[in-house]
Amino acid sequence: MPEFPRIVITGVGLTSPNGNDLATYRSNLLKGVSGVRKWTIRHVGETNAGVCDFDALRYQKRKELRRGTRAGSISIFCAGDALADAGIDLATRNRSRIGIYIGTTEHGNVETENQIHEVAQYDYDLAYWSHHHNPRTVANNPAGEVALTFGVTGPAYCVGAACAAGNVGLIHGMQMLQLGEVDLAIAGGVSESIHTFGIFASFKAQGALASHEDPTKASRPFDKGRNGIVVSEGGCLYVLERLEDAQRRGARIVAEVVGHCINSDAADFVLPLAERQNECMRGALARAGIAPSEVDIVSSHATATPMGDQQECEAVRAVFGDSARTHVNNTKSFIGHCMGAAGSLELAGNLPSFDDGWVHATINVDDLDPACEVRNLVMNAPRRLERVDHVLNLSFGMLGINSAVLVRRWRGS
Amino acid sequence: MNREEIILAIKDIIQTIAPDEDLSDLKTDVRLRDQIELDSMDFLDIVMELRKRYGVQVPEEDYKELATLDGCVAYLAPHMQGKTLKVGV
Repeated sequence: MPEFPRIVITGVGLTSPNGNDLATYRSNLLKGVSGVRKWTIRHVGETNAGVCDFDALRYQKRKELRRGTRAGSISIFCAGDALADAGIDLATRNRSRIGIYIGTTEHGNVETENQIHEVAQYDYDLAYWSHHHNPRTVANNPAGEVALTFGVTGPAYCVGAACAAGNVGLIHGMQMLQLGEVDLAIAGGVSESIHTFGIFASFKAQGALASHEDPTKASRPFDKGRNGIVVSEGGCLYVLERLEDAQRRGARIVAEVVGHCINSDAADFVLPLAERQNECMRGALARAGIAPSEVDIVSSHATATPMGDQQECEAVRAVFGDSARTHVNNTKSFIGHCMGAAGSLELAGNLPSFDDGWVHATINVDDLDPACEVRNLVMNAPRRLERVDHVLNLSFGMLGINSAVLVRRWRGS
Repeated sequence: MNREEIILAIKDIIQTIAPDEDLSDLKTDVRLRDQIELDSMDFLDIVMELRKRYGVQVPEEDYKELATLDGCVAYLAPHMQGKTLKVGV
């Protein structure tokens, strides 16, 4: 395999249902604070969702907010905060050498549903169909809105990868840096999915939509009583740079991305497959040249569907069952499933472990499902480790896409 | 609707579409696009709002008539006869 430049994370911008910056988000993950609440959406009625309350006017005017999409607004907020966190002054940068790569699970459902709802009020007279429909629903909309807002003229597009999209966006940005296509990448994933009734209705039809009278208990991966997914919105974008560029400008390095893998089950539209997930994890480890026993935290994908959690635990046991050092946690238990943002948000919540040594837990495990028993599953309360060197972040999606990102503590060389 | 009401109707639509703009000093005889930030998409929004709020269909060839507030009044007056002013929609 050719030698590629090393890639580091130098900035993080995020909005999650339980925090609009990394410090707050991390603090709530350690304190066990859920971000899931009751949510009402047309045709479905009352359900649960992870809802974000970020300051949408931080980087946008009200008119821009009105014209764009929720996914665009989330992306703009995350990108602006990531650039600020990285200490990047765009005025001093060649903006044609910046790339924007945003993972999405889906895009366009929200606007399409809204338009159909609108024209239905006028007996489906298409004279009332908005000219905003196409620019809002094109698949590159979130990335394009970021480019427009910040005057970035390099490549800006979205990567569709179902619920693995947050990881895949990050991996894609890293690869574009390694290929020399850009000098700085804004990469990760976003989701506006709580604003489309279709996603709730489809999960419900599939028997995979979580229900619980207490919204904060609805997302319960690994628990015997788990009954499905809590749909959430959110976003997390990273500033990625080649190590030598980051060092040259004296950037603070958050972590190094040392391994990754994307593969496909090629087996089923929705059902996961432990065997390919296993291969995906091993692929990321092989790329980094490390053994399972060197991984401190596996950030699991588990969405709280009966079958999905079981399959993933089987795969994690097969790869990490012999590693006493490896601990397993889960972020969806706090914030629900942020879809396209899940991969990048779930990685972000674990990055502070390199500094503070804590592994945040997976909450809401009142009665552990024996089929989900994995070694060192950190349940309900965080656990302090002596040191955290490697975090493996898993993210899987429909149509059998699997992804794994492996990040390493920055060691200063 | 009289002249003042039509101006109120148009200004309210513009305020919805361009919420960041201060419309208090808009001159009626100067092109709207020379006074505030309005692009072609915004203009289509104005036409859409006229359709939704007042049932007024403005064909594309007549868009130029809506360039100024005076132009709006002149063009819309016959179409807005008997319509009820809807603001803050």
